[in-house]
Amino acid sequence: MLEIVVKLALVAAAFAVLPLLVGQAEHKVMAHMQGRLGPMYAGRFHGWAQLVADGVKFAQKEDVVPRAADRWIFKLAPGVALVPYLLVLIVIPVGPGGQVALDLGIGVFFALAVMGVGVIGAIMAGWASANKYSLLGGMRVAAQLMSYELPMVFAASSVAMAAGTLSMQGIVGEWRWWWLPWQAVGAVVFFVAGLAELRRPPFDMPVADSEIIFGPYTEYGGLRFALFLLAEYAGIIVLCALTAVLFLGGWKGPFLNTELGWLWTGLKVGVLSFLVIWLRVSYPRMREDQLQKLAWAWLVPLSLAQLALTGVVKVATA
Amino acid sequence: MRTYFESYAVLGALLLVGGGIVAGGLAANRLLRPNRPTAEKLTTYECGVDPVGENWAHSYVRYYVFSYLYVVFAVDAVFLFPWATVFSAPGYGMTTLGEMFVFLGFLAAGLLYAGKKGVLSWV
Repeated sequence: MLEIVVKLALVAAAFAVLPLLVGQAEHKVMAHMQGRLGPMYAGRFHGWAQLVADGVKFAQKEDVVPRAADRWIFKLAPGVALVPYLLVLIVIPVGPGGQVALDLGIGVFFALAVMGVGVIGAIMAGWASANKYSLLGGMRVAAQLMSYELPMVFAASSVAMAAGTLSMQGIVGEWRWWWLPWQAVGAVVFFVAGLAELRRPPFDMPVADSEIIFGPYTEYGGLRFALFLLAEYAGIIVLCALTAVLFLGGWKGPFLNTELGWLWTGLKVGVLSFLVIWLRVSYPRMREDQLQKLAWAWLVPLSLAQLALTGVVKVATA
Repeated sequence: MRTYFESYAVLGALLLVGGGIVAGGLAANRLLRPNRPTAEKLTTYECGVDPVGENWAHSYVRYYVFSYLYVVFAVDAVFLFPWATVFSAPGYGMTTLGEMFVFLGFLAAGLLYAGKKGVLSWV
C-alpha cells in the first residue's frame, strides 16, 4: 500500500515538474536560436524568472466564460486535455526491475488510447467556445487526430510484434541495439505522428495564430489557458518518453544499464524534447492539405511497410 | 505482479489525483483572481467587432471522408495488438506471416482505392 502511495506521489511530482522544465527549456532554446531578447530579460541571469512571472500572471487573471459558450463543457475542457497525460505517465518504465509505477499488461495499447483522449479536450474547447475561430480550430484538431492516430498505432504495434508483448517493461527487456535500424522507419513515423497529435509546430495548423487567432483556445484566459499550455508540455514529455521506451531502448545504454538505467531514460527523453523544440524553430507551419497528404500518402504506407519488415525479420530469426 | 482489478484500482486512484490537481488548482485560483463580468467582456471574441450571425457557424466539413477511412482502418488496427503478441510463437511462423500480408494487402488496396477515387486530395 505504502509503495503504491509513494509511486503515485512520484508520478504526480514528475507530472508537475517535467513539463515546466520543458517549458523553461523552450523559452531559452528558442531565445538562443532565434535571437529573441524578451525571454532572456526577466530576473537578469538568462531570464530565469520569466516562467515564474508567467505563472503569477496566469494565476491573477480573471476567469472569463463568454455568455454564448456552452458553460460546463467550456470549463471542463482544460481538465480533459491535461489529465490523460498524467495517466499515461504511470505505465512508463524509467528503469529495470520495479522502476515503473504500474506495469500494465496492455501498456502500449493503454498509452495510445489514453493519449487520444487528451485531444478530445481541445475539440471540446473548440466546440464549447461558440466562436467561429474556435470551431474551425476544433475541426482541424479533429481532422489531425484522425489522420495521424493511424500511423502512430501501426508504428507502435510494429514494436509490439518485435517484442511479442504489449507491456512496456517487457518491450524494453526484449530490446536489442539492432532494433534501432530495424525499427527506424517506425520510430520516425511514431515521433512525427505524435508531434502532429500534440499540434506542435510545424503541425500547428489548428492554432494558426495569423488566421484563426488561437484556434480552440481563443476564448480562454488565466489559469484555464495555462492548463492547456501545461497539457502541451506534458504531451511532449509523454511522447518523448514513449518514443524512448518503444524505439530507443528505454533504460538500456552502452554501459551501467542496471545501476543508471533511469539516467539513460532521462537522457533520451531530454534529447528528444530538445528535438521537439528545435523542430518548432526550424520549420514553417504546414498547410491543412499538406498535413493530410503527409499522413495518408507518406506515414500510413511507411508504417504498413514497417509492419511487413518487422513480420518478415521476426519470423526469419525466430 | 498485482491482480487485474488491483492495477486498475491504482489507475482509478491516479485519475482521482489528476482531477484533484486540476480542481484544487482552479479552486485556489478563485481566491486570487478578480471576478468583474461586464456585458462587453462576455461577448464572443471576433477581432474587436460584434459577432456576426450564429456563433456555431455552418461550414462544410471537408474531411468527413477521412473520418470514414479512419474508422475503417482503426478497427482493423485494434486487432493487430493481440495478434502481435503471439504471431511468432512456436508453431505459427509462416502461417501468421501469410495472414499478415493478406491483412496488409487489404489495407493497402483500400488506401489505393481511396486515393484513386480522389478522396485523399483536399478540395
